[in-house]
Amino acid sequence: MIQFSMVNKWYGEYQALTDVTAEVKKGEVVVICGPSGSGKSTLIRTVNRLEEIKSGAIHVNGQDIHAPGLRTNDFRSGIGFVFQSFNLFPHLSVTENVCLAPVRVSGRSKREAREQAVALLDRVGLAHKANSYPQQLSGGQQQRVAIARALAMNPPVMLFDEPTSALDPEMVGEVLSVMKSLAKDGMTMVCVTHEMGFAREVSDRVWFMDRGVILEENAPEAFFTAPQHARSKAFLSDLRAH
Amino acid sequence: MLDIIQDNWLLLLVGQYPKGPLGGLALTLILSVMGLVLSFPISIGIALCRTSPIRFLYASSTVLVYIVRGVPLVMFVFWGYFLVPVLVGHSVTAFTTLICTLIVYESAYLSEVVRAGIQALPKGQVEASRALGMGYWKTMLWVIMPQALYDMVPSIISQFVSIIKETSIGYVISVQELTFSANQVNNNLLTRPFPVFLILAITYFLVCFVLTQCAQHLERTITRKRTPKITQLRSIANDSVLDGQ
Repeated sequence: MIQFSMVNKWYGEYQALTDVTAEVKKGEVVVICGPSGSGKSTLIRTVNRLEEIKSGAIHVNGQDIHAPGLRTNDFRSGIGFVFQSFNLFPHLSVTENVCLAPVRVSGRSKREAREQAVALLDRVGLAHKANSYPQQLSGGQQQRVAIARALAMNPPVMLFDEPTSALDPEMVGEVLSVMKSLAKDGMTMVCVTHEMGFAREVSDRVWFMDRGVILEENAPEAFFTAPQHARSKAFLSDLRAH
Repeated sequence: MLDIIQDNWLLLLVGQYPKGPLGGLALTLILSVMGLVLSFPISIGIALCRTSPIRFLYASSTVLVYIVRGVPLVMFVFWGYFLVPVLVGHSVTAFTTLICTLIVYESAYLSEVVRAGIQALPKGQVEASRALGMGYWKTMLWVIMPQALYDMVPSIISQFVSIIKETSIGYVISVQELTFSANQVNNNLLTRPFPVFLILAITYFLVCFVLTQCAQHLERTITRKRTPKITQLRSIANDSVLDGQ
């Protein structure tokens, strides 16, 4: 579904990603973890070209996303992206947030988009907030709306960039349970997250990144019980030390 | 002073109208509204260039804005008044000259207001929109501009106040706006310039003061509406690492 081959990314003199080669299969849930500044967010942001890469190739659904002539907007709408800071549109109601892209990008009718929005909001448990505005919602609710908004384009892949890091602890659960139900429905997902419980329970594979390199790819159980790489060991024992 | 108002209020309000051309405060307001409305779309265009990643658009719009902001308005009035007729080959009315001048001048100033409005929005708004597959124009039209323009309303009203005062420069090319009318009154009375120009000042002040108050009221309303519930947004929440373990 997503193939990274020899991806390199630089911020000026600083190399953020080094020769990243990896694959996410269809229907797979991959959790990317690692210390902050290790390039996790940068890596998933390259998938819909929110970050441009210096060299290498990324294929999504068999399509080279850097192919000349490919229209960025066309493939972006096929990749759902959920941000750490939600980034809902504050001037639009919850329903309008969900309907915007289907109407303006896919050209669907407003009625059709609205019906779909109702169904999606129901799926994330927020049907009763359809007419509210983002600033009237809690962080957890906003993030669930953001997931519904991303789902509205029916993307085959969903990317989550630290979706619970900006939330108060008591709101983390509601967002994770929406993500779990997505995973259960067979959605291909890549999640950058510090939620190790989620990684252990839901993911098919864990990628451990440090300093722009994927150091270890492992099944979650193996990763948490018997990490291969010295630095993943250190990372995990640091987590447990708290 | 009251007797001056009593005798001349109509002249100050509408000039010679209906026997002659419209003037006075009415013309001042018409000039100001036209100046604002006509320069607004141009200012959006300039602001888009000023925020553009395309070097040529950015550079040329920046040069334009800096030149206009670095030259006094009355220079533009003179250039328009003396140069434009030479260029187009026939005479141009003072009214048209002043409107065109105001458009050029205000487009540059307003574009800075619009640019500030665009750049004040969080970067995440553009990213969220682009990630949904919306291109540059759709993002501008449906996500950025509605928010930016709404936030800008108080600044635009302040700019409108500036335009009202700027129209008084029309006096030097005999546009019959408020200042011109007051000067006519002064010429009729000959001996009482002080009360006449005090009336003029008070009139400008009242109009501008009311508008400034409106702007402040709107600004408070907008700030109240836009303030997010910060308590729910934690900047970094590494504590949540252990949740679920």
